[in-house]
Amino acid sequence: MNQQLENADRDDVLKAALHWKGAGKSVALATVIQTWGSAPRPTGSQLAIDSDGNMVGSVSGGCVEGAVIQEALELMNDGGFKTLEFGVSNDEAWEVGLACGGKIRIFVEALN
Amino acid sequence: MDQSLLQELQNAREEKRQVVLASNLTNGSSKLLYPFENKEEDILNEEGRLALRNDRPREVKQNGETWFLNIFNPPLRMFIVGAVHIAQKLAPMAAAAAYEVTVIDPRRSFGSDFRFPDITLDDRWPDEALADLKPDRRTALVTLTHDAKLDDPALEAALKSDVFYIGALGSTRTNAKRHQRLERAGFTPEQMSRINGPVGLDIGAQSPAEIAISIMAEITASLRGKQSNDL
Repeated sequence: MNQQLENADRDDVLKAALHWKGAGKSVALATVIQTWGSAPRPTGSQLAIDSDGNMVGSVSGGCVEGAVIQEALELMNDGGFKTLEFGVSNDEAWEVGLACGGKIRIFVEALN
Repeated sequence: MDQSLLQELQNAREEKRQVVLASNLTNGSSKLLYPFENKEEDILNEEGRLALRNDRPREVKQNGETWFLNIFNPPLRMFIVGAVHIAQKLAPMAAAAAYEVTVIDPRRSFGSDFRFPDITLDDRWPDEALADLKPDRRTALVTLTHDAKLDDPALEAALKSDVFYIGALGSTRTNAKRHQRLERAGFTPEQMSRINGPVGLDIGAQSPAEIAISIMAEITASLRGKQSNDL
């Protein structure tokens, strides 16, 4: 399957990150680095988050963004990076929001 | 990641360069790679080339550290010279495969919007149009007019560029004549070997739609780095 990413979407993410940073806000970037099964967004998908909790982009089509934002806000304070894994069995899938039992690994980093 | 690196990435994308954002998952550092602008054979550049060619990010291990190579490719483009029957089938197929398609034909009755709904038409002469559109490494060019006055200037422009695919419609005989003309224009046999002619994979195509499929298949194979003798 062709997982080519929408260029326009990616443009928005990078632009938003630079824009927020330029406006003096703290910013973090999250990137899907691995997927198993039927994950909703392909590897390379990105999400930009600012210190007010605003976000542009997507790493899971809305499923785990809430958890990613929490981690991102912590990284903005403490600096550094973190790799998150949302491994989901079919039973748990609904709870974390990955409706189809997919599994994703996400790299989150603060923008310095 | 530093803000300055992100700005450099954004600049590279605006310049339509093929760029890789390499993130070290072990220590959190990152850097940009331009794998097609160098001949480095280290693992990051080699894997970066593969990732860009396949339009797929990848994870790589180097000296016990793990890197994630995220890819930023400029859009694929296809320039079709000749608003002919085959172009009417090829243009929508290419658009479906995520190419930005431009059909170039200065003959107004051919290149009407009616014949090419939703496709960008350019009614300049091919040499003028291509000088402006600047074909690059993510561009495929196909000539379909059978008319040397239109096809040859397009092929000459393509041969002077980095396009990943050049195809020219025409029989083996037409193709041989074309080679002679291009040779007189100063191109070497090695340069001319970039031209796929007769155009398209040999799948026994007959109708315009089938010929378009064979061209699309050949372009896909070139894009993804498949050797033609595998096919």
